[in-house]
Amino acid sequence: MLEKFALLGFGPGGWGWALLQGASITISIALATLPFGLALGLAIALAKRSEKAWLRRLATIYTTVFRGVPELLTLYIVYFGVQILLQQLWVKLGLAGSFSMPPFVAGMIALGMVLSAFSSEVWMGALNSIQPGQREAAAALGLSKAQAFRLVVFPQLMRVALPGLGNNWMVLLKETSLVSVITLPDIMFITTRANVVTKEPFLFFGAAMAIYLFFSLISAWSIGRLEARANRGYAAFGGATR
Amino acid sequence: MNWCEYPGYIVGSEVFQNYGCRMFSGLWITFQLVAISVTIGFALAVGLAVARLYGPRWAQVAINGYTTFFRGTPLLCQLFLVYYGLGQFRLFWQDAGLWWFFREPFYCALLTFTINTAAYQAEILRGAIQSIPRGQFEGALSLGLHRWASLRLVIMPQAMILALRPLGNELIVMIKSSAIASLVTLFDLMGATRLAFARSFDISIYLYAALIYLAVVEVVRRVWDRLELRLTRHMALR
Repeated sequence: MLEKFALLGFGPGGWGWALLQGASITISIALATLPFGLALGLAIALAKRSEKAWLRRLATIYTTVFRGVPELLTLYIVYFGVQILLQQLWVKLGLAGSFSMPPFVAGMIALGMVLSAFSSEVWMGALNSIQPGQREAAAALGLSKAQAFRLVVFPQLMRVALPGLGNNWMVLLKETSLVSVITLPDIMFITTRANVVTKEPFLFFGAAMAIYLFFSLISAWSIGRLEARANRGYAAFGGATR
Repeated sequence: MNWCEYPGYIVGSEVFQNYGCRMFSGLWITFQLVAISVTIGFALAVGLAVARLYGPRWAQVAINGYTTFFRGTPLLCQLFLVYYGLGQFRLFWQDAGLWWFFREPFYCALLTFTINTAAYQAEILRGAIQSIPRGQFEGALSLGLHRWASLRLVIMPQAMILALRPLGNELIVMIKSSAIASLVTLFDLMGATRLAFARSFDISIYLYAALIYLAVVEVVRRVWDRLELRLTRHMALR
């Protein structure tokens, strides 16, 4: 039994380094997707509140599509679809060789679009919680619309949006496991390969579970810390009552 | 021509027409997977949520661990652990007379989805029960209702209404997540589509599959909205 665990170690024949590398890829794709997905989500939330009807409709269609289509399918469509489109473009431009879509970019785009659809709902809820008086007061002070958003609305937004965005991050972290199917060597990809080589699926998928669980627990703890920090000005969320 | 070939014929897609039958029988597998796992998962979740809140200390700790574990790891990983990992102990399952179960990818996917959704639904129900004001429980007790009776007759009906929306979201998440069943050789809608793409190299088949998923999710969402309106009509102010 014990020699089986040596397979997870860093010695000869051990998969320790490979697993660590997979874990770092999982984390990098999640971290790379996060800012892109959140910013796009905020833009979509703002589009949904726009005065232009066509912009609102477009944003609604976008969120309906990406919230309704399985992430795996989105990933395939982005990976193969964009690949084919760019390949055609490549040929049309008369460039030599062929274009191949890097799986990391495909994963980032697909997961980012799904994340933006889900996070836009969170942003919407948070935007609705900001009273109109805040914008009006900012306008009365002579701030432009962009300044009012950046200096007055956004700082208040983060506090309300944080729990929902934290949730989005946890979902994203687990969704990254899907990129293994487009050959990005993340944790799932490495453990699947280790399974093929060693015929020890229970051990390796168990190890993958442990790594994901570790990341989830760390994330939950950090989000808790961030929330406490964002709420430090509010007595009900800390200070007086605790 | 079979009925399942018509959608492809109407939109004028040869691939969709050729693989229409496989895709719609795949949709039926998806439906079975989701319907069975969400239903059993719900039954489990009610028990888990109640035991998590009112059960003995050890049960609370155990259930907390269970939900943390299954909500903290990807469904894909859980599915591989069950299908490949548990399949590793073939001799044991054969001795126990359970090999017929763990041999089939369908049953493995069903088991994984059930355990997974039970964890999520248990957390939803726990949150809903916890947000019912304590006074409701105390009021019921002071009227002479037994603990179980107050839970069943007073707390649960109110909690269910609060839980309705998140439970609907969970149902939709499960419909979408069920696509990963295709990665353990199961020919659900996603699996059939993957097959169609592998044979035809026509990317449009993925778009048609996306449309089918989208239609299913939209129907579920609208039905759920109606259901919610109906169940909460006694609470409507107007």
